[in-house]
Amino acid sequence: MSRTIVKVGMASCGIAAGGGPVFDKLHSLLDGRDDVEVKKVGCIGFCYKEPLVEIEKDGVCVTYGEVDSALAEEIVEKHIDQGQILKEHVVLNNSAEAPENPRLENQVRIVLRNTGLIDPENIDEYIAREGYRGLEKALKEMTPMQVIQEILDSGLRGRGGAGFPTGLKWKFAHLAKADKKYFVCNADEGDPGAFMDRSVLEGDPHSVLEGMAVGAYAIGADEGIIYCRAEYPLAIKHLNRALEQARERGFLGDNIMGTGFSFDIHIKEGAGAFVCGEETAMIASIEGKRGMPRPRPPFPANSGIFGKPTNINNVETLANIPWIITHGSGEFSKYGIGKSRGTKVFALAGKINKGGLAEVPMGMPLRDVIFDVAGGIPNNRKFKAVQLGGPSGGCLPEELLDTPVDYESINATGAIMGSGGMVVMDETTCIVDVAKFFLSFVQKESCGKCPFCRIGTKRMLEILERISEGNGSHEDLDLLAELAVQIKDGSLCGLGQTAPNPVLTTLKYFKEEYLAHIDDKKCPAKVCTTLIHYSIDPEKCIGCTKCARNCPVDAITGEVKKLHVINDDICVRCGKCIEVCPVGAVTVE
Amino acid sequence: MTPLTTESLEHLEARLEPLIDKYKGKKGITIPLLADVQKELGYIAEEAVDFLSKELDLPAAELFGVATFYAMFRLQPEGKYVIRVCRGTACHVQGSALIGEQIQRHFKVKDGETTEDGLFTLQYVACLGCCSLAPVMMVGNEVHGRLTPDKAIQVLESYRTRA
Ligand SMILES: Cc1cc2nc3c(=O)[nH]c(=O)nc-3n(C[C@H](O)[C@H](O)[C@H](O)COP(=O)(O)O)c2cc1C
Ligand code: FES
Repeated sequence: MSRTIVKVGMASCGIAAGGGPVFDKLHSLLDGRDDVEVKKVGCIGFCYKEPLVEIEKDGVCVTYGEVDSALAEEIVEKHIDQGQILKEHVVLNNSAEAPENPRLENQVRIVLRNTGLIDPENIDEYIAREGYRGLEKALKEMTPMQVIQEILDSGLRGRGGAGFPTGLKWKFAHLAKADKKYFVCNADEGDPGAFMDRSVLEGDPHSVLEGMAVGAYAIGADEGIIYCRAEYPLAIKHLNRALEQARERGFLGDNIMGTGFSFDIHIKEGAGAFVCGEETAMIASIEGKRGMPRPRPPFPANSGIFGKPTNINNVETLANIPWIITHGSGEFSKYGIGKSRGTKVFALAGKINKGGLAEVPMGMPLRDVIFDVAGGIPNNRKFKAVQLGGPSGGCLPEELLDTPVDYESINATGAIMGSGGMVVMDETTCIVDVAKFFLSFVQKESCGKCPFCRIGTKRMLEILERISEGNGSHEDLDLLAELAVQIKDGSLCGLGQTAPNPVLTTLKYFKEEYLAHIDDKKCPAKVCTTLIHYSIDPEKCIGCTKCARNCPVDAITGEVKKLHVINDDICVRCGKCIEVCPVGAVTVE
Repeated sequence: MTPLTTESLEHLEARLEPLIDKYKGKKGITIPLLADVQKELGYIAEEAVDFLSKELDLPAAELFGVATFYAMFRLQPEGKYVIRVCRGTACHVQGSALIGEQIQRHFKVKDGETTEDGLFTLQYVACLGCCSLAPVMMVGNEVHGRLTPDKAIQVLESYRTRA
């Protein structure tokens, strides 16, 4: 009988959901047994069911969701020891029906081919799944130009946001003549609401290293840099471990696989600035300066880090590379539509039932991603909008849900594909509040170089604040639109050029909601605190004192068995009273 | 911030001495240098910048320019545990503002401030990459998800007991 393998999801999300104690429990119960192996794996993308534990026994893989220590004990006793599957806790099963199987079947996993399946700290598990085979093929059987042609043929475009053809970018860097070139991996993942890159770095770091090595060979670089945000400590730990192992095995370093090609990689930790995700700002930051963008040309392909040709690619872009080289461009371009080939990983979050990661073929309609893969909206609420592309993107309404996910179709709506963050909103989300949220983000993150970006976003934010407080006017809407155009035209880099997008798309698709704030002084979603008021229905209140005892700011007064009253001036609209009232007497208007 | 005494200043110079050897004459060092200062002292002390600027022949303005540009650098000492409350998009739509407000009230600190007992520093950040478990906060290097305001306080109080 083969060994039983127990895999515990221990990516940041798994740990945040309580995977640590579950791993410890399983480890303590099973440690020392020859017939069972317990290991930590990355995120398989079913974050809403974390902590996840997979049992691989006699070729059957069963994944349990929402595991706690007690369930872990039961799994050992019943499943591992007696071969009895605990049906009511099963999420996935590779040889029988299981509740979440369809969510996996809807996906095509190229980038996520290994995450959640292998132990990211063990290079042998990566190698066992075709790892470093792409690099070997590139180095031994292909010229740099052939590698570039293969990537061009695959139709792969940058997954970091702009969607520039990767092969073409490599070609420019290849053609640049210099004694030194750099190959950079952009692991800054600044879009708040996106975590695809984190999951790949944590769960399958070698795929990124291998992608970088292939790219470095193609353009002729000998030094690689991974610029990773410091908010991802686990990713950095796994990358460091992977770098050590790759060097030990000779996949990095001098004379790789005896081919004469030398390349090594080191990590630069980001220092917490969104704008450093932009290429020229990132270069400045790597050089040790304030991360401020500069005009292009010259493009990094000709003059990047310390004036040397530099190629920058996103994490997800790079994770595709080894697969394309191994399987061929045709296998890759088989997926997708139009000029968008392959797959895209989306980070699904917000008001949805099944938050997590999903990799789908390009061209899948948004509706299918949100309702089939992400499981729709919880609590029978109504879908309101989906936010794509983060602070550079936009909010799309129900009418546009049939838009396929491909670069051109999404751009046509005024949003952008972006890096893959998808935040879903329901009727309890206020669109004006969301626009204000993004503007306050870009206003804080603007590096300050371009006046339109620095001051214009501040002015836009002030207008949105006015509107959300019920003091806006119709002229304000015109002013927003006018400023938006000026900021777009007057900014040097993508941050400013796209900063108005969240406002423009919401004005375009959700104008009534702005008007409700302006004309009726009402926030239909009941979010904007100045426009809503809490009160207690005298007919319903039973004087149980619960609300008064739980109010964090003592805004509620009343005696036992008598009517309670909320002082509107003190109330902070936190909703605690609604939550604790046993008779539903608290109302918001 | 209390200014350093002459004695502690000497002490400070001795502590920074190794950094001079490490970085003298190299280029592109500002960020790693400041990161090392922060690792050594817990924050970027003004006196440290003045000293290093002289020793390494770097304009103090450049060092301060970089230190104030990046969110990672602190010009004030911080508490034993840094609470990073996520204010990213996913957390925002799931009510992270209320979590932050509750922490502010409970510990009587604002964004960027440290509790009187020196245990916690509150920081608002823009996404911890655990969006599917929103709302999320990070305490030290540990991420806690699916929070409610009450649960956040409970979690934080458990750190106080640990300390
Ligand atoms: C303000 C701003 C922030 C950006 N942040 C990121 C980021 O966090 N990660 C990323 O991969 N690309 C980011 N980009 C895009 C990069 O500039 C660049 O296009 C990308 O890294 C190129 O890689 P790709 O061709 O593989 O997509 C950002 C761009 C702008 C303008
Ligand atoms: S938005 Fe809070 S973790 Fe990403």
